[in-house]
Amino acid sequence: MAIRERLSGNEAVAYAMKQINPDVVAAFPITPSTEIPQYFSAYVANGEVNTEFIPVESEHSAMSACIGAQAAGGRAMTATSANGLALMWEMLYIASGARLPIVMACVNRALSGPINIHNDHSDSMGARDSGWIQLYSESSQEAYDNMLMAHRIAEHPDVLLPVMVCQDGFITSHAIENIELLEDEKVKEFVGEYKPAHYLLNKENPIAIGPLDHFTHYFEHKRQQAEAMRNAKKVILEVADEFYKLTGRKYGYFEEYKTDDAEVCIVVLNSTAGTAKFVVDKMREEGKKVGLVKPRVFRPFPAPEIAGALARFKAVAVMDKADSFNAAGGPLFTEITSAVLAHGATGPKFINYIYGLGGRDVKADDIEFIYNKLLEIAAPGKVDSIYNYIGVRE
Amino acid sequence: MSKREEKIYSPDVGWKDITHGGTITTAGNAELFLTGDWRSMKPVWLKDKCKQCLMCYYVCPDTAILIDENGKRIDFNYNHCKGCGICYKVCPFKAIDFVNEI
Ligand code: SF4
Ligand code: SF4
Repeated sequence: MAIRERLSGNEAVAYAMKQINPDVVAAFPITPSTEIPQYFSAYVANGEVNTEFIPVESEHSAMSACIGAQAAGGRAMTATSANGLALMWEMLYIASGARLPIVMACVNRALSGPINIHNDHSDSMGARDSGWIQLYSESSQEAYDNMLMAHRIAEHPDVLLPVMVCQDGFITSHAIENIELLEDEKVKEFVGEYKPAHYLLNKENPIAIGPLDHFTHYFEHKRQQAEAMRNAKKVILEVADEFYKLTGRKYGYFEEYKTDDAEVCIVVLNSTAGTAKFVVDKMREEGKKVGLVKPRVFRPFPAPEIAGALARFKAVAVMDKADSFNAAGGPLFTEITSAVLAHGATGPKFINYIYGLGGRDVKADDIEFIYNKLLEIAAPGKVDSIYNYIGVRE
Repeated sequence: MSKREEKIYSPDVGWKDITHGGTITTAGNAELFLTGDWRSMKPVWLKDKCKQCLMCYYVCPDTAILIDENGKRIDFNYNHCKGCGICYKVCPFKAIDFVNEI
């Protein structure tokens, strides 16, 4: 019997970490993810976990300690946000390049400057090419579930890549919601033991990690790393399937909400998808054929699958909570449109809305405005502007 | 060292066979890395002048000067001598010459 609780996103993630009981947690506090190491350190102090907790002096050190611990043969976890993630930058690439399956909770927050502590996706979107798997979560429940699945994906022998579980700072991380938790034993059984093939503390088979890797071998290592990301696509679905059997909660690359007969569609990540579902329900009552696609897996990017799902709509708006400052569109938009083009879907017209930067509230009205714009385009109208902003004062 | 392990570090290994992230899974494989290729100057052992004080043996940064079972240094291993000239500098008896590689 699942346990019914009421937890915030941060509490849910910390609770998942307690149930996973990793060997090492190394973290430095940064709003809005601070509570995760805070709650976790209480578990350590109370003897509820066997984890070695390392309160490091910076996020660069947090990721470095995780790399060392994971290379040594342990399971290492951390949590961070915004500039903390930015400070880890150098080490993110070393974690993925050394193929260390570390798991991180990323509580999305706007990158400075100007300084801002509220939610957008500029932090994790900036790390999108760092070789980390990225899972996005609409709610505390999804953040919890993604955390439980993360190690299984990361540690799979065909993958061996670190995983970042993202949720919206404050909106999800600090809002208390109903949640279903698994029993400790079930988590333990599902997550399993970490058994690396090679690790530094194995005195029977001494190894060296992170050697100098010149033009003779580096390219082969990167090619192999790229293959691991491709392999992750299969593993993510296999793990989700097993998780479904355990919990009844279904996960894939993305969630489709009322898309079956939809003519227009919004694509949006994380908590805003919740607001969008509310708007979809309301507009459906008015007889408008609107739907929603919420990507869960951004890395690896499910290009053919998402292109296939979007191909049948007349018009699609991709909402980005991060700007790419490229004069062309936000990161989700450019990835989706290139996927659609590369996989031969020519039907839908695409527009992009940058929204909610620095935690600017996105309201149901804003989303309704976008749906109405899409219905106009589908009418058939024409796209007068591809790259747009919503909720910014002109 | 097995054939497969040698393959892992060889210059022609493909991405499917190479170890994850460049992890070196076999200890003591530095022997396979021929630093002798780097040399532009070359030490020459003048056996007659050598007093077997073994100063050169301690300072060599590679494994280019080895000692035999009687504790005596033997001639340079040019596969690993990178031509740094440290042995030439420290030899108290001028028993090492240092010449251009030709
Ligand atoms: S330092 Fe000179 S004298 Fe001493 S062992 Fe080496 S070559 Fe011989
Ligand atoms: S030149 Fe340098 S590498 Fe070569 S034998 Fe002398 S000390 Fe060793």
